[in-house]
Amino acid sequence: MRNQARLGFYLLLTPLLLWLGLLIIIPHIDMALLSLRERVGVGRYASSLANYGTFFGEPLYMWTFARTAMMSVLATVITLIIAFPVSYYIAKMAKGRTQSALFLLCLVPFWVSELVRTFGWMILLRETGLFSSLLQWAGLADGPVEMLYNDAAMMVGLVYTSMLFMVVPLVTTLESLDDAVIEAGYDLGGSGFSVLREIVIPHAMPGIVSGSIVVFMLSLGNYLTPTMLGGKDSLWFTELIYSQFIVRFNWELGAAFGFMLLFLSSVIVWGTLRLTGQTLEKTMG
Amino acid sequence: MATDLDCNTLTKRFGDTTAVRDVSFSVEQGSFFSILGPSGCGKTTIMRMIAGFLEPTGGDIRIKGKSMLNVPPNKRPVNMVFQHLALFPMMNIAENIGYGLRRAGLPKPEITRRVGEVLERVNLPGIENRKVDELSGGQKQRVAIARCMVLEPDVLLLDEPLGALDLKLREHMKIELKALQATFDTTFVYITHDQSEALVMSDQIAVMNGGVFEQVGTARDLYYRPDTAFVAGFVGDSNRWRGKVEQADGDRIALRTAEGLLINSATQGRDLRPGEEAEIFLRPEAIRVAHDSADLAQFDNRISGEVSSLLFNGAASRILVRDEIGEEIEVTLPQSGEFANLAKGAPVHIGWGGDQTTCFASRG
Amino acid sequence: MKHSLMKKTVGTGLAFSLGMLAQGATADTLRLLTWSNYAPEKVIEMFEAETGHTVEVTSSNNEEMIAKLRATGGGGFDLAQPSQDRIAGPQAEFGIYKPIELDRIDSSQFIDSMLAATKANTTVGDDVYGVPHIWGTSGLVLDTAKAGMVKDYTDLCSDEVAGKVSYRLKRPTLIGFAYAMGLDPFAAYGDPAAYTEIMEAVEAKLIECKPNVKTYWGGGDELMGLMRSGEVVASMAWDTGGWKLNGDNPDITFVAPASGALGWIDTFVLPAKGKADDAAYDWINFVMRPEISAMITEAAGNFTASAGADEFASDTLKAQFQNSFPPEAIDNIKWYPPVPAGLETIEGGTLDRVKAAN
Repeated sequence: MRNQARLGFYLLLTPLLLWLGLLIIIPHIDMALLSLRERVGVGRYASSLANYGTFFGEPLYMWTFARTAMMSVLATVITLIIAFPVSYYIAKMAKGRTQSALFLLCLVPFWVSELVRTFGWMILLRETGLFSSLLQWAGLADGPVEMLYNDAAMMVGLVYTSMLFMVVPLVTTLESLDDAVIEAGYDLGGSGFSVLREIVIPHAMPGIVSGSIVVFMLSLGNYLTPTMLGGKDSLWFTELIYSQFIVRFNWELGAAFGFMLLFLSSVIVWGTLRLTGQTLEKTMG
Repeated sequence: MATDLDCNTLTKRFGDTTAVRDVSFSVEQGSFFSILGPSGCGKTTIMRMIAGFLEPTGGDIRIKGKSMLNVPPNKRPVNMVFQHLALFPMMNIAENIGYGLRRAGLPKPEITRRVGEVLERVNLPGIENRKVDELSGGQKQRVAIARCMVLEPDVLLLDEPLGALDLKLREHMKIELKALQATFDTTFVYITHDQSEALVMSDQIAVMNGGVFEQVGTARDLYYRPDTAFVAGFVGDSNRWRGKVEQADGDRIALRTAEGLLINSATQGRDLRPGEEAEIFLRPEAIRVAHDSADLAQFDNRISGEVSSLLFNGAASRILVRDEIGEEIEVTLPQSGEFANLAKGAPVHIGWGGDQTTCFASRG
Repeated sequence: MKHSLMKKTVGTGLAFSLGMLAQGATADTLRLLTWSNYAPEKVIEMFEAETGHTVEVTSSNNEEMIAKLRATGGGGFDLAQPSQDRIAGPQAEFGIYKPIELDRIDSSQFIDSMLAATKANTTVGDDVYGVPHIWGTSGLVLDTAKAGMVKDYTDLCSDEVAGKVSYRLKRPTLIGFAYAMGLDPFAAYGDPAAYTEIMEAVEAKLIECKPNVKTYWGGGDELMGLMRSGEVVASMAWDTGGWKLNGDNPDITFVAPASGALGWIDTFVLPAKGKADDAAYDWINFVMRPEISAMITEAAGNFTASAGADEFASDTLKAQFQNSFPPEAIDNIKWYPPVPAGLETIEGGTLDRVKAAN
C-alpha cells in the first residue's frame, strides 16, 4: 500500500521534473554557458564576460531595452485602463447568457494566429487601408493618412493582443466580490469614485497584479507585433535577440541578451510588486 | 407620536410581476419594526427601495417627513446591515467603521474618537486593528451594526442579519439586538422570515405575503388575533381544519370538516353563513388533555382518542392524538408532569372552548 | 480507402523496384531545405515517380538555413540551398556542410562558367562544398510613372520620393548603397578596418535617408503589397519581385541600378549530418535537366545554371529579362564573393544603429 502510494507520487512527479529539466533548466544552463564565451578566431572560443560587456558598453542596447520596457509598461497600463471597465461590466453587470457571450467575444481574436491578427491591423491602418479611406470619405482628411509604422500603431497591436490576459484574471477576482459589499459602500455614503478606489480596486488588486505581470511579460517578449506594426523605428529588444541569433550568427551575444532580458524583466516585476505592497504568493494564491 | 419612516402606497413592478403592491405603513421614532414573510413575498424589495438601491414604480417613501424619491443611496439618512454583513474584507475594523465618517469628511482624530466610542457601545472595545476574518460571527454582527450606527442614521435597516449564525448564537443575538436598539434609541426596520426573531424583538410587525401586508400589529395581536388565515397559519403553530359551516347562531358557528368532525367556534365578529366554506385554526396549547372525559365538561368541543405519537421537546413537549375518525390533532402537554408517563397508544380525552379557535371564510 | 491504400502500396513498390533496377540504390526520404518556389509540386511529383524517393520541403532563407543547420550541427536535412557567398564562412566557422563528390554530378548539365565560379567560391581547404542552381540579382523595383528619376540606390534618398520608398535593413542594402556611393565593399572584404570604414559611411547615409523610408520590408509578400497598393513607388528588391509586379502593372518593373545590380547564386550543399546523399545527388541531377530547370524558372521567376534551359523558358520572362538587363548591365553585375566569417558582426552593428536612429 505504502509502496503503491510512493510509486504514484513518483509517477506524478516525473512529468513535472521532465518538463522543468528538459525544457527549462537544461536549455537555460546551455544558454548561460553560451553567453559566457567569446569568439577569438575561426571556430575557436574562450570563456569571458565580453558579451555582457557589449550589452553595457553599447548605449544602443541599453537604450533599446529601456525603450522596450517603457513601452511594455505603457501597454500594460493602457490595457488595464481599458480592461477594467470591460471586466467590471462582464463580472458585475452582465447576467447569464450576455455574460458568457461577452466573455467569448474577448476570446474570439485568439481563434486566429497572432500573425493573422497583426495582418488584420495592417489592413485597417495602412495608407490605402480602411480607416484612411473612411476618413477621406467622411471629408476629415484631404489625402491618404498613414497610421501604420509608428509607436501608436504598435501600442494598439500590443494592447489588442494582451486584452484577454488582463480580462480573465480581473473578471475572476471581480466576480468574487460580493455585490452587497459594493452596495454597503454606497449605503455608507461612498460616491462611485470612492467605492471604486477604496473597495473595488483593493479587492481586485491580486487580479490587477497578476494580469499586469502577464501582459508586461507578453509585451516585452512580443516579436511579431512590434516588427510588423512598428515599422522602421520599432526597435524591440526581442528583435535584437532574433537578429543576433539568426542574422548575425552571433549566438553568444544573443544568449547574453536573452539573459539580460530575463534578469531585467524579473527585477522590474519584483520592484513593482514591492512598490505596490503585493507578494507573488498573494497574487497567485 | 412622530414617525421616522412613512411608506405610502409603495409599489414595485419587475416587468409583468408585481413584487410590492400598494403597501403603506409608518414606523414610529425609536421603535423596532419587523417585516415578516416567507421568501419571495417582497420584503427584500421594500427594504432595497428604502435603502435606495431600487426605484419604486409608484408611491412615496418619506424619512422624517422628507421624500426620498430620487435621492441616491449614499445621500439617504438610512443605513443597512446586510444579510451576510458585507464588511469590507480589505480593511481592518477601525477602517470599516470609519469608512462612512471618512466619506463624510470628518477630521482624523474625530473619526478615531467616534470609532472607539461606538465599539465601546457594542461591547467590543479595543479591537480597532483586528482583521475582519479574525472575528467570530457574533462580533462581526456587532461590528456591522456599529459601522452603521456610527453615522447616526435616522433609520437602520437590517436584512435577515442573523440568518448565517448557528442556533444558539442566534438566540443570544436576538436579545442583544433588542438591547442595542434600546441603547442607540434608533428606529430599526428588520426583515426576516423567522417568526420567532420578529416576535421576540419587535414593537410592531408587518406580516407580508404576495406583495401586500396581511396585518400590521404587535406580536400579541398577530399571535392571538390574526386578521387573516395566512397570518394565523404563518405565525405560531396551529391545528388547521377546512370545512363547511353547518350552523350559525349569533357569534357562534358549528363547522363540519371534510373528514366529518364537528367543531364549535366563536366567529369573533366575522360574518359566516351556513353552507359557506371556512377555515378554523386552533393553537396546540389551547387544548386541555384529560384521562377522564368528565374533567372536560366545561368545553363545548370534546374528543376522545389515543396517543399516536409522542413529540418530546422538554417544556414544549407535545402529543399527537388520533380521534375516532382518524384525524390527528397536535396537543401541548401541560408542564405539571401529570401526563409525563403517557405512552403511545394510551386512550386520552381532549377538549377546548369554542372561543379559543379562530375561523375565516375560505378564500376563493 | 483500403483500395487506394493498396494502390499506393503497389505503386510505391513498383517505383521502388524500378528505382532499384535503374540506379541500384535504395529509395530514401529527401529532406530539402530551400527557398519557396525552388521545388514546385509538379517537379517533386515527377522526381518521386522516377526515382521512388520521397521529398519533404522546408522553405527558408539564407540566415535561417544556416541558423537551423548550426543548431543541429548540420543535421535534420539532406540537401540545402544557401547562396554561394554564405558557404565558405559558416563552413570554416561551424563545419555544417560536407564536401560534394563532384564525380556524382553530371557537370555537362551546368553552364561551365557558373559551375567554375561557384566551385571556386565554395572551396574550403581542398574540398568543394557547393554547386550552382539558381541565380538572380537584386536592384531597384520602380513604379516608372512616379519614380522614373530613380537610377541608383542613393536616389531613394531624394526628396521627390520622400515617404514612398522602402528597402530591407539587411546586408544587400549595405553593399548596394556602398557601390552607389562610389565605394568598393567587395574589395574590402578581407580587410576589417577598411570594411568598417565603408560601413560607417553607409551608416551615415542610411541614417540621413531614414525619414524618406516608409518602412523596412521584411518579406517578399510585404514588399508586393506595398508596391501594388502604390504606398511605395521605389524599393530595393530582387529582380523576380519586379517582374512579377510587372505582370499586374506594366508601369512597375525591375531596373538594374547605375552602379550595377548585385548578383547572387543559390547553390546545392550537403549538410554535414545528411542521411540521404544518394537522394540528394539524384535530386541535383534531376532538377538540372534543361526541361525541369525551365519548370523551376517558371515557378521561381529566376534563371538557373542549367545549360540549355533558356530554350524552354517562357517568352514573357525572356522579354522582361532583356528589358531590365541591356547587355552592358549584365556585364556590370557585381557577384557576391564569399563572406569571410565575422564580417556579419561589423554589418550587424551598423544595421542596429541605423534601426535605432531617429
